Amino acid sequence: MAETIHARFRVDWPGFTLKTNLALPGTGVTALFGHSGSGKTTFLRCVAGLEHAREGFLKVNGQVWQDDAKGVFLPTYRRPLGYVFQEASLFEHLTVSKNLDFGQRRIPAEYRKVSFDHAINLLGIEHLLDRRPASLSGGERQRVAIARALLTSPSLLLLDEPLAALDLGRKREILPYLERLHDELDIPVLYVSHSPDEVAQLADHLVLMANGSVVAHGPLQETLARLDLPAAFADDAGVVLDTIVAAHDDGDELSRLDFGGGSLFVARRPEAIGRRLRCRVHARDVSLTLERAEHSSIMNILSATVVAIGPLESPGHVLVRLQANGTPLLARITRRSSLALNLGPGLPVWAQVKAVALLD
Amino acid sequence: MLSDSDLQAIGLTVRLAGVVTGILLVLGTPIAWWLARTRSKWKGPVGAMVALPLVLPPSVLGFYLLLAMGPNGPIGHLTEALGIGLLPFTFWGLVVASVFYSLPFMVQPVQNAFEAIGERPLEVAATLRASPLDTFFFVALPLALPGFLTAGILTFAHTVGEFGVVLMIGGNLPGITRVASVQIYDHVEALEYTEAHKLAAVMLIFSFLVLLGLYTRRPGSRRA
Repeated sequence: MAETIHARFRVDWPGFTLKTNLALPGTGVTALFGHSGSGKTTFLRCVAGLEHAREGFLKVNGQVWQDDAKGVFLPTYRRPLGYVFQEASLFEHLTVSKNLDFGQRRIPAEYRKVSFDHAINLLGIEHLLDRRPASLSGGERQRVAIARALLTSPSLLLLDEPLAALDLGRKREILPYLERLHDELDIPVLYVSHSPDEVAQLADHLVLMANGSVVAHGPLQETLARLDLPAAFADDAGVVLDTIVAAHDDGDELSRLDFGGGSLFVARRPEAIGRRLRCRVHARDVSLTLERAEHSSIMNILSATVVAIGPLESPGHVLVRLQANGTPLLARITRRSSLALNLGPGLPVWAQVKAVALLD
Repeated sequence: MLSDSDLQAIGLTVRLAGVVTGILLVLGTPIAWWLARTRSKWKGPVGAMVALPLVLPPSVLGFYLLLAMGPNGPIGHLTEALGIGLLPFTFWGLVVASVFYSLPFMVQPVQNAFEAIGERPLEVAATLRASPLDTFFFVALPLALPGFLTAGILTFAHTVGEFGVVLMIGGNLPGITRVASVQIYDHVEALEYTEAHKLAAVMLIFSFLVLLGLYTRRPGSRRA
């Protein structure tokens, strides 16, 4: 990976220590996931230079932003980044339009890669330009804040739980805009979240944090399928599949989604054939059989191989990691079933998928 | 209605209050900013120093300032070295004394307004490429504007109402240091109660109107 973000920080506060040494991809969306107090927001603030971590080193796509060994520390306002805070952070004394201008007019014209019109179209805020922040809804404020950050044409976009302060409806309102951001702009994003759903929907890369350190990190699909994740995350264990809409069956009102490990049928989707669709398969919705069930109501049956079996905190259950033609899957089954089927690494099985959660 | 000497006293008072308010806007703002933002151990002592005139008898403050501005005081040495002469019993002596005396009325509302802004807007500005100075002028000042309005009005009004310090520093020289409050005192001393009444009424109405304006401003615009 030529373009990377290398971040090494150490923060010592009374009762809290952050210690990270991470190499992250310089493209796509990297989710920093963890519970409150895990240090994910502190990490983001260190990247932005809003906190000055001791013994820090930060290099973003070839540019050194911090190197305490050499006494280098770029102040926040000289780092080409965009930052969206958790709660509304618009300047109350300025109109939406002036808020949007604030960052853009402070960068030289030749560095402006994102145009004003593009940003307001992307976030759907054309109709809000003359309004005052006080008159906007929470969702509208965050959309303006995201557009404002984009207009500085950042080489890194930092989003600190931008949806956390919003109710479910407002979240649904913003998520599609974030996806468009991901699809249309080539700006690497660090996205702090404690919502597995947001992570599953948006991320390409996942960093799991707990108690100020990194527990696991890697590409989303692989990291989610690990068996050694912290218990709190394992309760919601499951994998994310990037699929393509392959066919529609209007008679049965079904759509077929293809991915590396096979095909899944879901209720008829509005998307055109060929569209990318991301879905989530929870471990609790996957059961295993040794022979393909012929007379079953379950449509989605995938051929897979057992890779490993891990313990679970919930009593009586185990988590089985599978490989379906290279694509990782997880199944949560009872320990008794695991013993009865004599499951072990290398064993070919049939994974029956009861439910597929579509992330759109 | 009012006599020429009364009008002269009012004119002098307004001039004094205006000059003092202007000077304090410039001097008080950095102090207020520092007090609002600092984590230094000096915050407490400096805050207490600024607040002293609120509780100190004006005669005590006036006494010390008189000594400091006198021929043997540090300010006196300085002003004589600069060729200005001595400040006591001059208009500018009154200005210097009033700046000290009215300092908390400027600093405290502005400090409160800066504190009410919080850290966030300043951090946001930094992430939008604004340098600290840029942030101060284009984010902090506009957001603290209601506080400045309050502070300016209070400082002006408080300087108008000054008496003890003026008497200690300025004495009672017509057109130079005889402000409205001293003029009333003179009227009373001379048993000119009718004249005292007129001028006192002017002061009362002025003070009430100022405070009325302050307390009936839109609640949304008040931060301090």
